[in-house]
Amino acid sequence: MIIQSENPALEVHDLTVSYDKKPVLWGVDFTIPKGALCGVIGPNGAGKSTLIKAIMQLIDIDSGYIKLFDRELDAVRKKVSYVPQRESVDWDFPASVMDVVLMGRYANLGLFKSPRKADKEAALKALELVGMESFRKRQISQLSGGQQQRIFLARSLTQNADMYLLDEPFAGVDAATEKAIVEILKNLADEGKTIIVVHHNLQSVENYFDWVLLLNLRLIASGPTKKVFTPALLEETYGGKLTLLAEVSELVKKGEFKAREKH
Amino acid sequence: METLIEFFSFKYPNVKYVVFGTILLSISSSAVGCFTFVKKKSLIGDVISHAVLPGICISFLISGSKDPFILIIGAFLSGWISILVMNKIIQNTKIKEDAATGFSLSVFFGIGILLLTFIQHSGNAAQSGLDTFLFGKAAALVGKDLIAFGMIAILVLGTVLALYKEFKLISFDPQFASVIGLPTKTLEFILISITVLAVVTGIQAVGVVLIAAMLITPAAAARFWTNAFHKMILLAAFFGVISGVSGAFISFTAPSMPTGPWMVMVLSIIALISFFFAPGKGILIRQYKRFVIQRQLLEENLLKAFYKLGENENHPKREITTNDDKLKRSFSSNQLKKGLKKLKADGYIIATKSGWKLTQEGFQKGKRITRLHRLWELYLTKYLRIAPDHVHEDAETIEHVITPELEKRLQELLDFPTSDAHQPAIPP
Repeated sequence: MIIQSENPALEVHDLTVSYDKKPVLWGVDFTIPKGALCGVIGPNGAGKSTLIKAIMQLIDIDSGYIKLFDRELDAVRKKVSYVPQRESVDWDFPASVMDVVLMGRYANLGLFKSPRKADKEAALKALELVGMESFRKRQISQLSGGQQQRIFLARSLTQNADMYLLDEPFAGVDAATEKAIVEILKNLADEGKTIIVVHHNLQSVENYFDWVLLLNLRLIASGPTKKVFTPALLEETYGGKLTLLAEVSELVKKGEFKAREKH
Repeated sequence: METLIEFFSFKYPNVKYVVFGTILLSISSSAVGCFTFVKKKSLIGDVISHAVLPGICISFLISGSKDPFILIIGAFLSGWISILVMNKIIQNTKIKEDAATGFSLSVFFGIGILLLTFIQHSGNAAQSGLDTFLFGKAAALVGKDLIAFGMIAILVLGTVLALYKEFKLISFDPQFASVIGLPTKTLEFILISITVLAVVTGIQAVGVVLIAAMLITPAAAARFWTNAFHKMILLAAFFGVISGVSGAFISFTAPSMPTGPWMVMVLSIIALISFFFAPGKGILIRQYKRFVIQRQLLEENLLKAFYKLGENENHPKREITTNDDKLKRSFSSNQLKKGLKKLKADGYIIATKSGWKLTQEGFQKGKRITRLHRLWELYLTKYLRIAPDHVHEDAETIEHVITPELEKRLQELLDFPTSDAHQPAIPP
């Protein structure tokens, strides 16, 4: 069940993506309305992070197109912010909390320039929002998992974007951090910003999100949580494994085919 | 002293060339080394340094001259190609980074040695001295080398300065750099290019094998002293300068001593000093901290034992004989000797005719440790549901850790208790 929205913030059309030559997303096609707080739900290896990365052009796509605010990513980069998985970086890097949060402002700064007063103020404000202002001088290697996640969110918030994509922001964080992050995301959505979150825990889905994508190699459903988050569709997402699809993926990889002959 | 003055007066042009040459190349290799270090690509310097050899030989074969500029161009190109080959192998095959690194390094170096041998046997008179690239020739730098080094150093450092924040971001979080629209591929290209340049110049001083040390050692040493990236780069460059000057000075005083290897030796000594003595991270400092804590533990445990002995007899400040059985059971004679001496020196106990007596301060401190011990026991049984007979061991440690603020919170949380899990009184 795929419910389309009018005047969408994000439109993904017939998206096929391969990872290490193996197709992991097949013909994904959906739209997400402006101001939605959307959860991307599915089992491990369903292609949730791949979808987010494809939207951010971090990996090449085999076919289809993606439009954000009806434009290509390059045209609206400053309005889109991405929070990668916490584990994607080395937290032993010699940097302070403030250094990392300021990185969110680099795009506005341009080459050769160092952060200005306004950037530092924006960073401080973001740190306040995530409740980490007293940590600003702290070395990042001394942070807990939850604090690392808050820092990443703060870095993203300094961008003042209109769309936020978060890759597993609740993985391995404490309950207080999860609550704080959800609070911030809800506020952002209330301000009309579109939020897309890769999420694992089915129990909190109804509380957190007003829009849901159910994903398992292909899109099973997209729509308002109330309509889409149903036992039947969840069963389809998590239950019957599509062994045939998985086997074909393996064959594509082995045979060095391209998932699409041309695009 | 005289040699020192003679050395720094630079009255021999050769000394001047060597000192400034080594300083310039140390600074540039240390600065770019910091980036390869934090990117965990430390071995890249090794690959490049070995891979420049075929480039040098080919430039010589084509041009027939040993002009540093011409050789550097060839070296730069083949250094770059080796990195490209390495990355292509990692991307397109199942071979992992370590194997690809080794492969690229040895293949290029092999071709280089092959060409070098060919040139040496070709009877070309101009070839003599080409093999200095293998081991460096820091002590024989000339004016023309200095100009080349200077230009490259300015180029390398200028680039690091101008693109510092971008390089920092692609080193820490390349994905984020890419999504905010930074030209990551171009930046990566520039960063590798200046790394190759730094290596190519460094080779002329210290040679193919030791240049990796010039890249990594200053960065590794600097990392021990600071947690800020820009300070790390400055410090690494400073270490590089020290090594350059001392290497030049050592070979000046003892002409049989080679400059390049001494630069690396000095760097290694700086690194060793950092590993051992750097505040916070140095091994000795950490050992010392451990020692201080051990002593504090002993002191507090003794005071607690004193307090408890008195507590049992309802006479807290009573004297304790040096032969007290209970003390002897809990502490070794060595511990007792050292601990009592320290406690006396700190004014927590005073010596009496037959033994020891707690001072007012010692009594208070012993009481506090006992209180913390029992508070923690109570906390464990009440909030962590741990059986009362299992909490003692844990509290033995935690009693030394709890700060006054935590103590206050514990008391509030436990509602100012007066007895603990084992039911002895909790002293106020």
